[in-house]
Amino acid sequence: MTAILSARDLRREFVTKRPLFGAPTVVRAVDGVSLDIAAGETFAIVGESGCGKSTLARLLLRLIDPTGGEVWYDGEDLAHLPADRMRALRRDLQFIFQDPFSSLNPQMSVGALIEEPMRAHGIGTPAERRARVADLLSRVGLRPEHADRYPHEFSGGQRQRIGIARALASGPKVLIGDEPVSALDVSIQAQVVNLLEDLKDEFGLTLVIIAHDLAVIRHMATRVAVMYLGEVVELAPAADLYAAPKHPYTETLLAAIPVAAWGARPARTLVEGDPPNPIAPPPGCRFHPRCPYATDICRTERPVLTDAGEGRSVACHRAAELSLAGLDGAEPGRSPAAAARFALYARAMAGDPDKTNDPETGQTQPRQTGD
Amino acid sequence: MSTVATTPAAAAAAEALPRKQSRVWRKFRANKAALLGGAIVAFFVIVALLAPLLPIVDPTATDWLAVRQAPSAVHPFGTDEIGRSVLSRMVWGAQASLLAGVVSVAIAVCLGVPLGVMAGYLGGWTDAAISRVTEAMLAAPFLILAIALAAFLGPSLTNAMIAIGLSAMPIFIRLARGQTMQVMTEDYVESARAVGLTHWALVTRYILPNIFPPILVQSTLTIATAIIAEASLSFLGLGQQPPAPSWGSMLNVAKNFLEQAPWMALYPGAAIFLVVLGFNLLGDGLRDALDPRDH
Repeated sequence: MTAILSARDLRREFVTKRPLFGAPTVVRAVDGVSLDIAAGETFAIVGESGCGKSTLARLLLRLIDPTGGEVWYDGEDLAHLPADRMRALRRDLQFIFQDPFSSLNPQMSVGALIEEPMRAHGIGTPAERRARVADLLSRVGLRPEHADRYPHEFSGGQRQRIGIARALASGPKVLIGDEPVSALDVSIQAQVVNLLEDLKDEFGLTLVIIAHDLAVIRHMATRVAVMYLGEVVELAPAADLYAAPKHPYTETLLAAIPVAAWGARPARTLVEGDPPNPIAPPPGCRFHPRCPYATDICRTERPVLTDAGEGRSVACHRAAELSLAGLDGAEPGRSPAAAARFALYARAMAGDPDKTNDPETGQTQPRQTGD
Repeated sequence: MSTVATTPAAAAAAEALPRKQSRVWRKFRANKAALLGGAIVAFFVIVALLAPLLPIVDPTATDWLAVRQAPSAVHPFGTDEIGRSVLSRMVWGAQASLLAGVVSVAIAVCLGVPLGVMAGYLGGWTDAAISRVTEAMLAAPFLILAIALAAFLGPSLTNAMIAIGLSAMPIFIRLARGQTMQVMTEDYVESARAVGLTHWALVTRYILPNIFPPILVQSTLTIATAIIAEASLSFLGLGQQPPAPSWGSMLNVAKNFLEQAPWMALYPGAAIFLVVLGFNLLGDGLRDALDPRDH
């Protein structure tokens, strides 16, 4: 495995309160994360809100400066690079934002937004850049003439496509998406996930996808890192992780995925309560207060991420002895009634090819405001 | 900002789309209040510019036989306490008043906005230094500060404009700083950094266009304040020097004769009112037209 992007003991603390006297209050949002992301893979980072996954994504691209640790890309430590060298490297490392409504400058036309990365890095002549903007727009499922419009004229899914086109414009090698679909309607999520998959193959990208639930990235990720309170607790190839999790927290996340199958198990909640306050994390294993398998050692000794064979690592004292439930790989079944309705729908669609158009991209109205 | 058309159909569709400039103009044109404001401002600007060409008497010529005459065919707006034509003084005074309003606000914006953006963008010690000085200036009332500065610089219309501009600057520093800090929290600013923009490109393409509307509105309001401040400075002998006219100095003299010659105050007062109204309507209209989010 050749790593394209590596994190070494990456740390980031935020000072939440700095009193005039006494010690400041510190949150360790990312606490000693080490990762190797292989060229060409889709690497997913999952965890509950507040576990530090967005901070980690921003640290990997140095959108925020780390408190400690290193990020290696192409033989250079991004964490300690001078500002102008870092700026030049951003051509290779791009970011997709979570909220498509606030991540596009409202004052710029779509064409200017997509052209901007090329301008910033001096790529091509103005005419070449405009041609590439048109090309990128059609590539992400929009129309070239959309370049003259403004972001507010598009729906959430369309804006996310604009954000993706912008991220692709400079010809990056690594694309990091911070929950790129979580702000979108469920029906649109699948489209954008599929688009990212296609673009990854077409442009030879390495994708890093941040997600808060395992369902979204199930069919997309090559490997998955599960984060809890600023630490990676389990890292494994996606198929293995879904089939047989080794960390109790991963099992919890998997159990929370609703299975849309006839007669399948319902979504369950294995643990109660919220994650502990990250300002004062519990001693020992950080998951022990919520863990159904916790023993004495879990309360006192902090487990470290150790190799568990088959390319997997896990940070759990009891990983070897526990046998945890995964998600069986069965395709979702349908009730007879639902199956009949789907068949009817498929026939109707086949008879009227116009209606098979992607409802997101086949713009029928001049203005669409939001989802 | 045109698209490279890849197909004839796309080219036709691209041509059918309105251009950005015409879109702003169309929105502005549809706003009747903004058009009225623009017309008022344009009227006073044209009158001020054409003052030497208009068939009116010398604004400084006194006529002791026609002191405090009520408006009549000979003196359409009446005469003042030493027999000068109020109409002539109004027309020539428009130059001083409009210039004082526009130039002093231009000074305040050109100095205040860069300082405010710097404070908001850089933060830390730069912000602390700029903000403390701004607060110190704001602690002194606007007019007192303008009077002190004008007295320090020496009496003339130019110095009065500089004094008013510097006194109005803290408002723009504070506004630009706050707006910058607000815009900085937006995701699109982070996206600009992720793309690899220089600080200069980020400030000029992301910060300034997004803080422009409130600054425009504040500017129109401050033009009004500045016209009145110029009047006050002229009254104290620190602005427009007699016998050259300005609306402010006319108004200040006229207040002594409100009962005997109300027309002396009526016309300059109405002119100040109208210009201020015009600038406010124009500013509101511009803000709405320039905001791509509004319909």
